[in-house]
Amino acid sequence: MDSVYTHKMWNDHELSKMLDGKDVPFPMLSDQNGNIGRLYGVYDEESGTETRGRFLIDPDGIVQAFEVMTPPVGRNVAETLRQIKAFQLVRESKGTAVTPAGWKPGKTTLKPGPELVGNVWKEWNPAKDLDD
Amino acid sequence: MKEFGPGCQRPKGQPKPAAETAVVQEVQKGEERKMIQVGKPAPLFSAPAFYQGKFVEVDLEEFKGNWMMLCFYPGDFTFV
Repeated sequence: MDSVYTHKMWNDHELSKMLDGKDVPFPMLSDQNGNIGRLYGVYDEESGTETRGRFLIDPDGIVQAFEVMTPPVGRNVAETLRQIKAFQLVRESKGTAVTPAGWKPGKTTLKPGPELVGNVWKEWNPAKDLDD
Repeated sequence: MKEFGPGCQRPKGQPKPAAETAVVQEVQKGEERKMIQVGKPAPLFSAPAFYQGKFVEVDLEEFKGNWMMLCFYPGDFTFV
């Protein structure tokens, strides 16, 4: 929503202080008229602001995931990274592997197919595969 | 990303026309609301940005070939 000038002030006076003096490592985009927010369905006309929306876009430009939240609750970067790693694994496997609920790198993946139907319980166990 | 010149002129952020994007029109109670769909192309746009000390113009297509995370938030200096 803010201008690039406000972005610079926020970077210089607050965010860089959380980054040992370094600049924010990604581009801070300005969507002052809310057109990009409208395009992605996160612009709130009533307040004239954007809700907390996070979109994951794959190397082909396809939206793979999104999360939209009201303003008072912050996002979880670790969860976002987990999702990116899961989508990358699926992509590299060309769809031969899928990641069950709570999957983290190193945890069990599943091979979808007729043999797996009704047999997920043999491969995946909440007590074993959902822990940290 | 190309840097834009000094002065008060800056590029206009704008949606780019595309054949088919993830946006679907949803009409509810006479209101028009748009939401995106997973599995569909991300709507393309360009926008001015602040990046590593410079003012630049960013086009989403520049990042094709990479995994991208696009984040919206209510405003600079909000707390969370």
